[in-house]
Amino acid sequence: MLACRTAGVDETRALGGAVATIADAGDVVVLVGDLGAGKTAFVQGFAASLGVTAPVTSPTFTLANRYEGRLIVNHLDVYRFDCPEEVSDLALPELLDDGVTLVEWGDTIASALPAEHLSVRIRFGDGDDDRSFELRTHGEAWRSRADRLRAVLGRWTVPC
Amino acid sequence: MTGSGMPAAADAPILGIETSCDETAAAVVAGGHQVLSSVVSSQIDLHARYGGVVPEVAGRAHVERMIPVVSQALVESAVDDSAIAAVGATTGPGLVGALLVGVSAAKALALVWDVPFVAVNHLEAHLHAAFLDEPTLELPVVVVLVSGGHTMLVLMEDRLRYRVLGATVDDAAGEAFDKVARYMGLGYPGGPAIDRLSEQGDRDAIAFPRAMLHDGWNFSFSGLKTAVINYLRRQPDAPAADVAASFQEAVADVLVAKARRAAAEQGAKGLCLAGGVAANSRLREMTLDACTADGLAAYLPSRAMCTDNAAMVAAAAWWRLEADGPSPLTVGADPSLGLPEG
Repeated sequence: MLACRTAGVDETRALGGAVATIADAGDVVVLVGDLGAGKTAFVQGFAASLGVTAPVTSPTFTLANRYEGRLIVNHLDVYRFDCPEEVSDLALPELLDDGVTLVEWGDTIASALPAEHLSVRIRFGDGDDDRSFELRTHGEAWRSRADRLRAVLGRWTVPC
Repeated sequence: MTGSGMPAAADAPILGIETSCDETAAAVVAGGHQVLSSVVSSQIDLHARYGGVVPEVAGRAHVERMIPVVSQALVESAVDDSAIAAVGATTGPGLVGALLVGVSAAKALALVWDVPFVAVNHLEAHLHAAFLDEPTLELPVVVVLVSGGHTMLVLMEDRLRYRVLGATVDDAAGEAFDKVARYMGLGYPGGPAIDRLSEQGDRDAIAFPRAMLHDGWNFSFSGLKTAVINYLRRQPDAPAADVAASFQEAVADVLVAKARRAAAEQGAKGLCLAGGVAANSRLREMTLDACTADGLAAYLPSRAMCTDNAAMVAAAAWWRLEADGPSPLTVGADPSLGLPEG
């Protein structure tokens, strides 16, 4: 587990951007955190770091947005889902094949997501703009990059 | 006026079908302006349990309600099936599972009745909604199109010619209403809940941020949502009505400030509200005040015309049919369809 801290939404975007530098096609990132924690901000930074120039807006209504950068970025939001069965509408397997997929509120549908993924849990900190992050690698593809992840996140890392 | 496959009469009745999100709706509109019937079967009860729109539920409910809703629209219009000149349906943007139901029904009816099928853009339909209540609406107008999924500032120069001046860079205004309401435990849909609660609150109680107020035409409501949540985390006992009223004030303030500035710069003759959030009473009040102060016409369609309905779809279909002719049956649902600019 890797613990990080940011102070402000711009830093959260930068942290997302740093994670993107080690992302590969086929990767899944699951974002967990309350309303206003900064899940979409993380994805905005992640996508920008991959050269996406289009505005990354909340996919809460549309459920899935797709952006083209150096990799395809699929931005999913399952905020409105209650059970994994409902995920069938998202055509996940097709999406996962193609580019990097970031899923907001992914914990609600955990059983429908691939076992190999990076989970990012965001919590509110003491100050209004402070956030703490817990990043956990699941599966070999992510575990093998744990050192690189630690390196790119160095400036935000705090002891676990 | 006759184009390819165009109905011979200018007052031809068109059946419109709308299933992009919550509502299963059908309507018959003659000549693009005369509403003969407009039936909306809301799915909100079904969704209230989930605190939002669940697509699988939405799709299934649309299937169940499609035929009764279309039948009722036809009966209420007193137009015989054989007199329907075309069938228009929303093809996007929206939830794909929901859109497919309306698109398939519309194509089937067009085939059976041997009349044109017309693909309708949901956002374009919203722009046409105001004309159904205000046939004398004078163009150009600046339209504030605000709903659960969209927040746009559009300069409408002609019935089929418009320019998107700005849009949200993160959350839609209606989404901010829904999320704040959910955080406050007010239920779904959040807009009406916050509107009602705000009546008893002090809208100046809390100075929530007005993001990008003086900065271009785009909007940002994500920071406002977070500010409300931060406020409630620090002061859980704050009067809910004051929080709701102050939040609502911040949203309406930004929307109206940008709209009136756009109207002045673009030489528009009026301001027009569209989309579900346009039913918000404070937004309507502020729009009216701004128009009075600036000498602009205010077009505030009825709640029935602001929220999703099929009359606006049938009206937009009439104009599209006249301009472009029938749509090929190969046109499918497109969840991320944008507003055609020209």
